Amino acid sequence: MRAQQDATRPVVSRRTVLGAALATPLLSACAGFDTSGAADAGTVSFLSTQFSPVEERQRFESVLRQELAVPVAYNPVDPGVFTSTIQSQAEAGQVQIGMIGGLHGDLAPLADQLDDVDALLADLAGVGYSEQVLELTRLGGPTAKYVPWMQATYVIAVNKKALEWLPPGVDAANLDYAGYLRWAQAARDANGHPVFGLPAGPKGLHHRFYQGFLLPSFTGGQITTFRSADAVTAWEYMRDLWSATAPASTNFDFMQEPLARGEVLVAWDHVARLIGATADHPDDWLMVPAPRGPKGLGYMLIVAGVGFPHGSVERAKAEQAVRGIAGAGMQIATLRENAFFPVIQIELPTDLPTGIALEAAAVRAQQRAPDALLALPPVGLGRKEGEVTQVFKNCFQQICLAGEPVRAVLDAQAGQLATILAGLSVPCWAPDPIAPGTLCEVG
Amino acid sequence: MATVLDREPATTTPGSPTRRRRVPPVVWLIAPSIVFMTLLFGWPVVAGVLQAFRGEDGFTLEFVGRMVGDPYFWPAVRNTLLLIIVLIPVQFVLAISMALLLRANPRLKNLYFFLWAIPLAVSDLAAGLVWLAVLTDRGYLNSLLDQLGFEPVSWLAFDNPTTLFAAVLVAELWRATSLVLVIVVAGLQGIPKDYDEAAAVFGASAWQRLWHVTLPLLKPSLQVALILRTILAIQVFAVAQALTGQNFPVLVGETYRWYRELQNPNVAAALALVILGVSMLTSLVYLRVLRDKSRETAS
Amino acid sequence: MTATAPPVDRTPLRRYRRNRVLVQVGCIAITAFMAVPLYLITLAAFSSRQSLNEFPLPLLPTDVSAETIGTFLRSTGIVASLGNSLLAGAGTLLLSTAIGVPAAYALARFAFRGKDPYQLFLLFTRALPIVVLSVPLAQLYLTTGLYDTTYAVIGLHTALTLPTTILITASVFLAVPVDVEEAARVFGCTPLQAFRQVVAPMALPGIAAASIFTFVLSWNEVLGASILTLTRRTLPAQVLTSLADSSLAYRFAGGFALVIPALLFIAVMRRYLTNMWGSTIR
Repeated sequence: MRAQQDATRPVVSRRTVLGAALATPLLSACAGFDTSGAADAGTVSFLSTQFSPVEERQRFESVLRQELAVPVAYNPVDPGVFTSTIQSQAEAGQVQIGMIGGLHGDLAPLADQLDDVDALLADLAGVGYSEQVLELTRLGGPTAKYVPWMQATYVIAVNKKALEWLPPGVDAANLDYAGYLRWAQAARDANGHPVFGLPAGPKGLHHRFYQGFLLPSFTGGQITTFRSADAVTAWEYMRDLWSATAPASTNFDFMQEPLARGEVLVAWDHVARLIGATADHPDDWLMVPAPRGPKGLGYMLIVAGVGFPHGSVERAKAEQAVRGIAGAGMQIATLRENAFFPVIQIELPTDLPTGIALEAAAVRAQQRAPDALLALPPVGLGRKEGEVTQVFKNCFQQICLAGEPVRAVLDAQAGQLATILAGLSVPCWAPDPIAPGTLCEVG
Repeated sequence: MATVLDREPATTTPGSPTRRRRVPPVVWLIAPSIVFMTLLFGWPVVAGVLQAFRGEDGFTLEFVGRMVGDPYFWPAVRNTLLLIIVLIPVQFVLAISMALLLRANPRLKNLYFFLWAIPLAVSDLAAGLVWLAVLTDRGYLNSLLDQLGFEPVSWLAFDNPTTLFAAVLVAELWRATSLVLVIVVAGLQGIPKDYDEAAAVFGASAWQRLWHVTLPLLKPSLQVALILRTILAIQVFAVAQALTGQNFPVLVGETYRWYRELQNPNVAAALALVILGVSMLTSLVYLRVLRDKSRETAS
Repeated sequence: MTATAPPVDRTPLRRYRRNRVLVQVGCIAITAFMAVPLYLITLAAFSSRQSLNEFPLPLLPTDVSAETIGTFLRSTGIVASLGNSLLAGAGTLLLSTAIGVPAAYALARFAFRGKDPYQLFLLFTRALPIVVLSVPLAQLYLTTGLYDTTYAVIGLHTALTLPTTILITASVFLAVPVDVEEAARVFGCTPLQAFRQVVAPMALPGIAAASIFTFVLSWNEVLGASILTLTRRTLPAQVLTSLADSSLAYRFAGGFALVIPALLFIAVMRRYLTNMWGSTIR
């Protein structure tokens, strides 16, 4: 009878024990395999928000390998994970990364967690960073917090097919906003549906169009002229332009795919998000500077930088890597491979790939235009940068998509903007008049 | 048939010690799960969730106010509730039909089951990307329409809320019905076919057999499937964002937006509390309503 | 003798055949809905990039090319992250089953005060979007030294999958009659043996279903794995977010490659899920 159970009888079968015995060393011996390509100590861990698409990342990694003397493990992540990782590591006091890289807007909320880099910048002064770029690196504070890495701007990509609807008197290489609108409308009427595009998707950069191109060109400012009469004109223009723009734009984050597919023929976007359109048939494309408005040719400059969080590891090697990044070889290679422009003073080579050469020409024309009006992204807003961006997106949403009256929307959003800025007490930035010490007020 | 809640305690075997002051076996069985969850989630949940009420000067309702005052909040609530109200019944009817079709033992039954369970393996981000490629203006659906001679339709246009909602509905239906299907199939395994055959012998029609024999026996599985599916449906996000961007706001999408783009973890925590509250409330309702009042003893 | 037999009534046979046909038609219709997107992923993953830029898109494989899949599989850390995902999936399966099955048994067999609160407590982790817990969670793992290891991922995934494991397995345990279990004990089995010999085999479909959910969730979970690891990422953490920004061809290639292992797991567990179908009273 088995009524009396043997207390020492095993309750699991031999097979289970064998399986567990085999599994345990496997599970405990490796806490995981390394996925960053940085197997050895002495590699600098580089956390970044840029170049996350598969091909861009591979190209950039090969550039890093070729141009830098220091081994760098490149780790691109999504911007939300970027901020959480750095904040959680900083708050726990255990920073495990060597350097971080991102756009100005990605680094601005982390200003308090970054080390000062004035000494390093002074060392690198010979490369010729421009004054505006250096101003941005201060993130609104007294000292520089990041070293400029690369810069970019926004241009318009034109499929040569669209030239057939160019209205008489409008020069594609020298557009003004009125001509651009007439062109868009002519193209829409000829095709039966709009063929102009705008990156109005959730991750699209259309807010930079309003902040850096539309409003400065019509009103001469970004914040101080937010609800002036010129701003009303600008938004009414935008409403007309939207009715000649493909409605599917609200789903477009990057314009290169819709352009390559032929879904839209003309689009404004970031230079790195347009370059893919020219990959297959480079000769079908033109890149032109943004249009000019009554107050000038407003354009925005985007700067990406590299910084060091407090307590980062491998500081000496990381600084060496940063010096390499500021070198001509690295800057030109980044332009060639990923369409981000050098941030140092350097002559561009003449043998650039067709698409890049087109963009470089457009960027140069934009910057050297006699009435060029440089607009910078917001400076010194820290964590509120996202909310200011949202104000401009709300204007677009309410005026263009929902069709609400322009004046009412601008007044309401101006109120929100004022609330955000009042809490921050920062001076204005280009293209608004810069007066350090005075507060930026919404006009 | 009792539910998870109402089983009588198993009668003790003869000869086992009578109740002394010792820890009941239940505690040993569920203690590991409680300890594990508390250790892993206790402090992060408290720290993360209290952010909704912790301002610079202590307790504040400012963030809750901001959450409610945001123009996208009420549309997000409405969209999420609408999705749940329409999606869950349709999914359950579909999943139960699929399980019953399989139970009828057609040929190629194993292949069908495998194909129907595959969407489970697809991550919701990948599912959103696939349906985007199908429904976008130059996607597969419009390619098919074009080849058949019809005009392509702009399914995902921002100014057509009906097709937007229908698109999210169809994509979610495709993605998540397998979850309910697998639970229902597992539950059907426990129902011997004798009950059904006996009912058939006594002249019950197919519908009567389904309604009076199969479904009541399936109640525990249906209860679990309802709870899990509703909680996950309240959190639908990746598919809605991939297909519609900001044009169809949903609650978790708003949470992400406040956390990531607006860099405001406090309002995001307030939204997370709203989601948690709604989920807990519906789960409690399911637990109570689907409780089987008939108590059967072990003999 | 030649007594004429009454004519055979063929109605039941016709009705039976008609029902079989209807069942097949229903199955095929549903399969069309379920399988077409899968066919499209496979088609697009193996198409050349140019063909994905045309309109109308080809619905049949006319331009087969493994270029995008090849490039995708060569990206940094793919093979390593595949290994990490497998480790995390296996570890989560073991831990979740070890902790969850006893608790499920308790839920099914015992009536105790606090059953509802216990179930609601379990559902907490699924009901709360963990994005708001990003920083505290990472801090917890940083201070305990488990940050950036697969152990961290296993821990998080187990906590996320315990609700499904416990609740699904409990609902299936309920279907196992208590009489059989008690009979086993009457015949001298300890409760543990009764469980192992009697209850567990009959509850195998539920355990199989729960294991499918556990593995698939662990395989596809991206946010938690991204927060808790830096250089030892799982496959989704390494790949999924960059997929959304990549071009269409890579999205399909990546989506296809991500699905395959989970598919294999389901193919294996399928057998246990349906092993008792149509059986009579046990």
